[in-house]
Amino acid sequence: MELKELYQEIILDHAKNPRNKGKCVNYNHDAKAHNPLCGDKVHIYLNLDDDKNIKGLSFEGEGCAISLASASILTDLLKGKDLSFTKKVTDDFLNMLKTKSKITLNSLSEDQITTINSLSGVQEFPMRIKCATMAWHTLLSAIEKKNT
Amino acid sequence: MKIKNIKSEFPIFKQKINGKPLVYLDSANSSQKPKAVINRMSNFYETEFSNVGRSVHSLAVKATNRFEESRDKVQKYLNAKHREEIIFTKSATESINLIASSFGEKFIKAGDEILTTELEHHSNYVPWHFIRQKKGAKIKFAPVNDRGEVEIDEIKKLINSKTKIIAITHISNVTGAIMPIKKIVDLAKEKNIPVLVDGTQGAPHLKIDIQELDCDFYAISCHKMYGPNGLGILYAKKKWLEELPPYQGGGGMISEVLKDKVSFADSPTKFEAGTLQTAEVVAFSEAINFIEKLGIKNIQNHENEILEYGIEKLKKNNSVNIIGDPKERGSVMSFTMKGIHPHDIATILDEDGVAIRAGHHCCQILHDKIGIPATARASIGVYNSKEDIDILCNAINNCKKVFNI
Repeated sequence: MELKELYQEIILDHAKNPRNKGKCVNYNHDAKAHNPLCGDKVHIYLNLDDDKNIKGLSFEGEGCAISLASASILTDLLKGKDLSFTKKVTDDFLNMLKTKSKITLNSLSEDQITTINSLSGVQEFPMRIKCATMAWHTLLSAIEKKNT
Repeated sequence: MKIKNIKSEFPIFKQKINGKPLVYLDSANSSQKPKAVINRMSNFYETEFSNVGRSVHSLAVKATNRFEESRDKVQKYLNAKHREEIIFTKSATESINLIASSFGEKFIKAGDEILTTELEHHSNYVPWHFIRQKKGAKIKFAPVNDRGEVEIDEIKKLINSKTKIIAITHISNVTGAIMPIKKIVDLAKEKNIPVLVDGTQGAPHLKIDIQELDCDFYAISCHKMYGPNGLGILYAKKKWLEELPPYQGGGGMISEVLKDKVSFADSPTKFEAGTLQTAEVVAFSEAINFIEKLGIKNIQNHENEILEYGIEKLKKNNSVNIIGDPKERGSVMSFTMKGIHPHDIATILDEDGVAIRAGHHCCQILHDKIGIPATARASIGVYNSKEDIDILCNAINNCKKVFNI
């Protein structure tokens, strides 16, 4: 059933116990976004070192289960990764919600692939896609926007 | 036609939503349309359509007559004194923008105050914000109390010699509080301050006798009154229509157009620039017929019965928190659930065929005040039944199951 596809265990777990919530230590990039239709908010904090590795990644925000889980999964998955990998995963993720393709990146573990694919159920709920994508778009803005 | 079987008058209920009968609890957002209104639209296009008030051919005469008959119908329905006091707009939002713009332009200057409340929909705040910016005026907000209503004393406290207009909702689209408009108008009249009422939620549910209410302006949204979309009404007292400058310029609203000067038509034409929504205006007559056949008092009683039943039932559910507890409530029940965001509630309810709205309902000021970013809202129309409420409550319990609560 579609509803079960949307609200999978993994998503409910991340929504109820979001990982990496708060401001990460020594963040040097950040960006926030707001969906005026539903009131969802997300603020992404990023510590990017000189070699373009994500040393710290966290978020603050409020919103529905899908938006919280998506932000939580994002931080969990990309913390410690380098920038080119991050951009590739983000592209694949946004593409997954657009074209209903599943993610099959070699460099992700089986567990990580299961986790990110858990958000694919959102495809069936067009009005909710923005809930799932907001954190990822905000991550891209944060990468572009260095704090001085 | 009886309220008990009224669903059969609405073709939309013939379909299933996600395999379930449609339980439509989103009428405060927009009401469904009876077949009489839908048929009138297509019938008008098939047999009587032409542009109105311009050409002299037979169809133009027919269409113009039907159009103006609708104006008469609205005048009688609202018990307005003059037919010229009924202006057709595209929405209640445009009705308020018209007054904010025209009244604001002529009568509001730097330092003047516009008095409104924390209950207002964005459409009864943002148009005044424009005037605030343009003229350097101030907006005062009468505070909402714990029950989700604005007390008349709070309005009284904020009235002073600088208050130029009071802009207030008839029924809150979030807490359902019915405002004591008559008392507010009486209060304002003592100080000679005009009152604009946002009747978007009021007109579909309450008997409106505009002469008795005695407000200066009343904004109506026709699509929430079982009428066509894209149509609103502005009631304005005749004395204002003579004084206020036009809102938009264009065809129809003029008297004489010369290279060096332009003079304007009399109201209502003065405020109806351009080609209006002809079929929508004509079909709105049928929406009023529909309401009159059932009787607005009967509709109100029926809706109150469903509303009371719904509030009672939601109160018994420990996971549900109802927003506001106004002494007089009309047609809406907003709520939150512990551990489940309103958007998730709305998605899960939809799976059971239950249509509600989730979000801040265009009332961010109110949501900021109560410290809740979003709520779920079930709102009642004439076609709802106690059975709908039972299905709603079961679907709410299903939310808890999905979230393992």
